[in-house]
Amino acid sequence: MVTIKELPKEEYLLKGHAACAGCGSSIALRLLFKALGNKIILIVPACCTTVIQGPYPYTSSAVPLLNILFESTAAAASGIVAALRQRKMEDITVVGWAGDGGTVDIGVQALSGAAERETNFIYICYDNEAYGNTGMQRSGATPYGAWTTTTPSGKKERKKDMPLIMAAHRIPYVATACPSYPIDLINKIRKAKEIKGTKYIHILAPCPTGWRYDNSKTVELGRLAVQTGLWALYEIEYGKFKLNPPSDRLIDKAKRKPIREYFALQGRFRSLTDEDIERIQRWVDEDWEQYSKLASDCVSGALLHGKI
Amino acid sequence: MAQTIIDTANHIAGYAAKAARVKVVAAYPITPQTTIVEKIAEFVDKGEMESEYIRVESEHSAMVACIAAAATGVRTFTATSAHGLALMHEALHWASGSRLPIVMAVVNRAMGAPWSIWPDFSDSLSQRDTGWIQFYCADNQEVFDTIIQAYKLCEDERVFLPAMICLEGFILSHTYMPVKIPDQKGIDEFLPSYKAGWVLDVNSPFSHANLVSPEWYMEFRYMIQEAMENAKRLIPQIDKEYGKRFGFEYGGLVEKYKCEDADLILLTMGTMGSDAKIAVNNLRKNGVKVGSARVRVYRPFPVEEIRKLAAQAKMLTTIDRHISFGMEGFLATDVKASIACEKEHPLVAGFIAGLGGRDVSAGTIEKIAKKSLKWMQIGRVEKETEWVDLRE
Amino acid sequence: MKSVPKTRKEMPPTALSYPTVGSMGKTGSWRTFRPEIDYSKCTRCTICWVYCPDAAITRQEDDSPKIDYDYCKGCGICANECPVKAITMRREEE
Repeated sequence: MVTIKELPKEEYLLKGHAACAGCGSSIALRLLFKALGNKIILIVPACCTTVIQGPYPYTSSAVPLLNILFESTAAAASGIVAALRQRKMEDITVVGWAGDGGTVDIGVQALSGAAERETNFIYICYDNEAYGNTGMQRSGATPYGAWTTTTPSGKKERKKDMPLIMAAHRIPYVATACPSYPIDLINKIRKAKEIKGTKYIHILAPCPTGWRYDNSKTVELGRLAVQTGLWALYEIEYGKFKLNPPSDRLIDKAKRKPIREYFALQGRFRSLTDEDIERIQRWVDEDWEQYSKLASDCVSGALLHGKI
Repeated sequence: MAQTIIDTANHIAGYAAKAARVKVVAAYPITPQTTIVEKIAEFVDKGEMESEYIRVESEHSAMVACIAAAATGVRTFTATSAHGLALMHEALHWASGSRLPIVMAVVNRAMGAPWSIWPDFSDSLSQRDTGWIQFYCADNQEVFDTIIQAYKLCEDERVFLPAMICLEGFILSHTYMPVKIPDQKGIDEFLPSYKAGWVLDVNSPFSHANLVSPEWYMEFRYMIQEAMENAKRLIPQIDKEYGKRFGFEYGGLVEKYKCEDADLILLTMGTMGSDAKIAVNNLRKNGVKVGSARVRVYRPFPVEEIRKLAAQAKMLTTIDRHISFGMEGFLATDVKASIACEKEHPLVAGFIAGLGGRDVSAGTIEKIAKKSLKWMQIGRVEKETEWVDLRE
Repeated sequence: MKSVPKTRKEMPPTALSYPTVGSMGKTGSWRTFRPEIDYSKCTRCTICWVYCPDAAITRQEDDSPKIDYDYCKGCGICANECPVKAITMRREEE
């Protein structure tokens, strides 16, 4: 269990990059580099990070980075992994780093294909719950009721549950994370590196520009998302589901903070009615009933490997 | 040991990928390409090919996987047809913009709607602006030889562009012909190990293809055009070198047949070139001075070769196996454009034939030639674009 | 650090961009508020360092944080997260 002070001082996300002030995904990217160092190849589809690098001839990434077409992160990973194997350089870690749009919408086919082919790489989705790069249009990962430029009166559909979709592919490791819990995030990335096969990590990345909150609250909001139960921290390792702290203590509904606290801080939820909030609370409770069952399932893996 | 085998162009393409010591193949099946990927799967499975075969879930992913593998420092190969090629369209742009020497076999098949599985050039010709070098083959031997030549061309530092080797579906892809496969040692000497303009490297990190402002973008595009011009020069040289080593060459950019004294020259692409030779021979029996020129390389377009032909002939007739709707056949337009600025140039007539696999025999080409000769006599092309063998 | 190409001949065949601090220039100019650390209150917990999205805070030998004002965008996360409220956001003077 590493501590903050034991983390390496080297920075591979260089200061002076183009991210908005208070960008949650940039914290996560910095932490990715703290977890893995620079013996990696990063694949970045069209997303916020494309622009965050800054313009040619400069880049803010100090690791080899392949920018690639929007829907193809995981296909590129399959290609790179195959080439590294032929060149006998498999000690280089291949990491796909994609936004939620490029993962749950346009990128889902390639990701599903790579997972089915058991491509040996880490796929990380940093989720700012909309198409951030193009100005905050809705994605399949946008939650119910959220304002986006294409859902001005609030999204009418629920957020796609991508981690469970990936778990249904029977890949060896699925995890959720949040940069507000940096040690948890780093541990998960480091654990993923040591596992052979397709690894999927879904990171909630609060976005001040798109979620309409004060830039200084990014880490606080991520923490609230977890504390209200709207975002659960868990791992599914070889099919075995485990909640991570502090989510492991939130199976008891009474311990979960009221979701209103989370919504109140964000302009994008301004149009939520009391009825909406009741509905969302019901869904959260239902999700947690499922997490509780998964966590206590004695038949390890049976629920997620094959039964669904 | 060199060996002669009798096999389909698809299988031969597989043999060529093997001979080129390709390290990563990423491909998705589509009629009439499927037997290429099946052959390669067989080679890899048996250990006859030291390569990774990524059975991707779409053609778009196939091209991206090749781009990523090439960017990681290995020789790559893929194959597709028609809608598969169309599906990878944005990736074709990405590959050429990335200056990666990927080689792809395109088994030509007509585009839908409606569905057709039979050959024409609507698939590859509609990708002509993507910055890919395009070769069009007339027989199975040429398919093998051109794939090997293409790797040598594309991996030349003056080029660093991807290339597609086009072969007509069913006419070549599924037809057995004898092919001489040179001995591997000779091929290894002709085609040394993979070279690329850049490789992802943990010891010297960079971002590839991040945002390029108007201040720089145009120069990158100019460099691609420069590379195409270089390819135009290098293709005949490589063809000659290959011919010297292995005994097969194809005239570089344009394969000319009895053009030296021809009044009328028939310009074709692909297998029509072979039928055109038969038509030429038949017409010459009756004293007609006809020649045929098969455009082997469509991009870069052999502008200088066309001008030379125009300078010596009274009429050029193009036979296109595709139409650019709202205009005319691609070959017709490019031929006209090549000679438009010359003070004097011959008549040019354009014919559309063979769409959706409709047969174009030597007899059809003779008919085309006879009509062209009529126009040549009256000094006027009566119909700028004529569709051949169309149902009334 | 590779040098920036000046002529077309110096350009690579495709866009290869090299790691550069300040790829967007001195992003400190984006700031409206600047964080100021009261080192007498600071406990060297390094939480501000871990959370800075811009890597604009470096950890000194004694773990005390040093802010690079050339690149700090003034988001205020460090001030918000500091457990002892040792960081204050002060409006930039013109």
